[in-house]
Amino acid sequence: MAITPQQVVFILLSVLTLGCGLMVVLSRNLFHSALWLVGSFFGVAALYGLLEAEFLAVAQILIYIGAIATLIVFATMLTRGMMLGRMKMSNFQSGISGVVAILLLGLLVLVLLQVSWPTEALPVPDDTIAMIGNAFVSAYVIPFEVVSVLLLVALVGAIMIARER
Amino acid sequence: MVPLSWYLIVAAALFCIGLYGALSRRNAVAVLMGIELILNAININLIAFNRYITPEEVSGQVFSIFVLAVAAAEAAVGLALIIGIYRTRDSVNLEELDLLKG
Amino acid sequence: MGQLLEIIKDPAQLGPWFHNLLLSLGLSAELASLVGDVIGVLLLLIMVLTSAIFLIWGERKIAARLQDRVGPNRAGPYGLLQTMADIVKLLTKEDVTPAGADRVSFNLAPALSVMQIIMVAAIIPIGAGVVAVGLNVGLLYFVAFSGLAAMGALMAGWSSNNKYALLGGFRVVAQLLSYEIPLIFTLLAVVLLSGTMNTNSLAEAQGVRYFGFIPGWYGLLMPFAFVIFFVAALAEGERAPFDLLEAESEIVAGFNIEYSGMKFAWFFLQFFVNSLILSALAATVFLGGWQGPFVDQIPVLGIVYFSIKTLLVLFALMWVRATYPRLRIDQMMGFCWKVLVPAALVTVLLAAVIWKLPVSENIRAVLLSGANIVALVATLGIIGAQLRKRVQRRQTATPAATVQV
Repeated sequence: MAITPQQVVFILLSVLTLGCGLMVVLSRNLFHSALWLVGSFFGVAALYGLLEAEFLAVAQILIYIGAIATLIVFATMLTRGMMLGRMKMSNFQSGISGVVAILLLGLLVLVLLQVSWPTEALPVPDDTIAMIGNAFVSAYVIPFEVVSVLLLVALVGAIMIARER
Repeated sequence: MVPLSWYLIVAAALFCIGLYGALSRRNAVAVLMGIELILNAININLIAFNRYITPEEVSGQVFSIFVLAVAAAEAAVGLALIIGIYRTRDSVNLEELDLLKG
Repeated sequence: MGQLLEIIKDPAQLGPWFHNLLLSLGLSAELASLVGDVIGVLLLLIMVLTSAIFLIWGERKIAARLQDRVGPNRAGPYGLLQTMADIVKLLTKEDVTPAGADRVSFNLAPALSVMQIIMVAAIIPIGAGVVAVGLNVGLLYFVAFSGLAAMGALMAGWSSNNKYALLGGFRVVAQLLSYEIPLIFTLLAVVLLSGTMNTNSLAEAQGVRYFGFIPGWYGLLMPFAFVIFFVAALAEGERAPFDLLEAESEIVAGFNIEYSGMKFAWFFLQFFVNSLILSALAATVFLGGWQGPFVDQIPVLGIVYFSIKTLLVLFALMWVRATYPRLRIDQMMGFCWKVLVPAALVTVLLAAVIWKLPVSENIRAVLLSGANIVALVATLGIIGAQLRKRVQRRQTATPAATVQV
């Protein structure tokens, strides 16, 4: 089976995503973990690009890297004492959770290989962005409103919790 | 073309990495990072299924946008909690946060 | 020969022409588009970097004139080669890494900053159809990648192992993330009117004429949104009066304090190119981009119009920077959250409501423009009244301290 250029790109991006992801959970320095997390998010955004979901790719960069990763880096800095790298980063159950994670991965892959998944992607319509917008105000209007309320509540709640008293 | 199963395997691997991070780390911020990885893995699955099975309906992308919004809310509240705990207890080590233990 | 003239008249044909040339040389289609893309990236890089060199000179010269100084005048005619001399100086300087610094992220931060700003440059259409990447989500892409600037500054601030740098990094995040919100809202209002996020289509949509002669620029339709965008761009471009990130008198120099030599130059470059990109975006989104008279017949004129508009906005940015003193940090944050964000919400609301009114296009345009001007005047009036009240209160409270505020 010859490997097409797209598959090469996919393999490179997967290695980037998973490698950065591994470094996130293995790095001893919390700040470095946060930076590896940014790398992993970039890889995922690029995978979305490969899946021709450009709106999601850009939204991933905007929300995950621009907002969530920045928040996490901010929190690592505010809780400074924890990231000097002197203390052990993993807890008493790290060994067993590692085993559980690897077993779960094995199980998932085993199950995945049982099914014959489609190998050819179907053509994507041109105006996906407009379709997403329409979906938000027609079929998914109630979840959409609920999520907007959730965001508002989270905003107010975060300010209330973190406020200095 | 890249077969759909490749995407699913990558997503499964990312999920397990995130699970390991969330279970094994002592620092609350690091646990949160693991959870973000898990959410990302789920989004890869949603978008891959959307692309390979029903690209003419955008439901997969719509759901992953909901996941994005919930992840943002969760990160904001979670980090606010962590900073609040750090202020009162001077630590974000999850093993030391056992006030409710009998 | 005739083909060359065609290309000069319409630069958008350069890409396809080059692609065909490569094909006729015997390259396969994939290889030809790969070579074309690489050359396009290099062209973009060279264009951005060379324009930055002259902009730095221009900014120093203009700021000097506005402040009654002469400015650089030694290297080359009118000091034109001053930037070159500075680059040579910075290249020969010692490259210091502070003790206790986190080496990898310390070295990575300037690279991330420059990468971010050049990636943003890819969506600016400099002429009719002349754009590096005609992305369908262009404006969202711009917002996403300009958010990465905070990441670079945060990395630089943390890894320097210096408390001033760390404070500067915190300020960058607070300022850039806060001022991104009004910026996004004004862009959202524009997207509501145009129905597209593609930057080239945005410029194209502004080609309509109301009453047969008034250009349909979104800056004329929504002057209030344009003003908010401009103020937010001042803050996003880290320019006075919002240059708290590098307030010399408070935190020495901000997040880049520990950087020297070429790494410092990269941050400097990012700062100037950022202003250039923000002006280019303002020109594209609010001033019609490459639209102008006779652009339909001779498309190359679009590049000229676009350059003139960009330079005008950039001049206004420089003008403000050379004129106003710095704000205090609480004033800066308060201004964003209490004035700009609600005002930007008002512009979105006006655009959404008025653009759906069942009247003719001309009346809609007049209504939107009028409503924007009313909102602008009302906002300025409210801010002015509040400031006057505060000054009066301070004067009655402590008569001795009647300082000019």
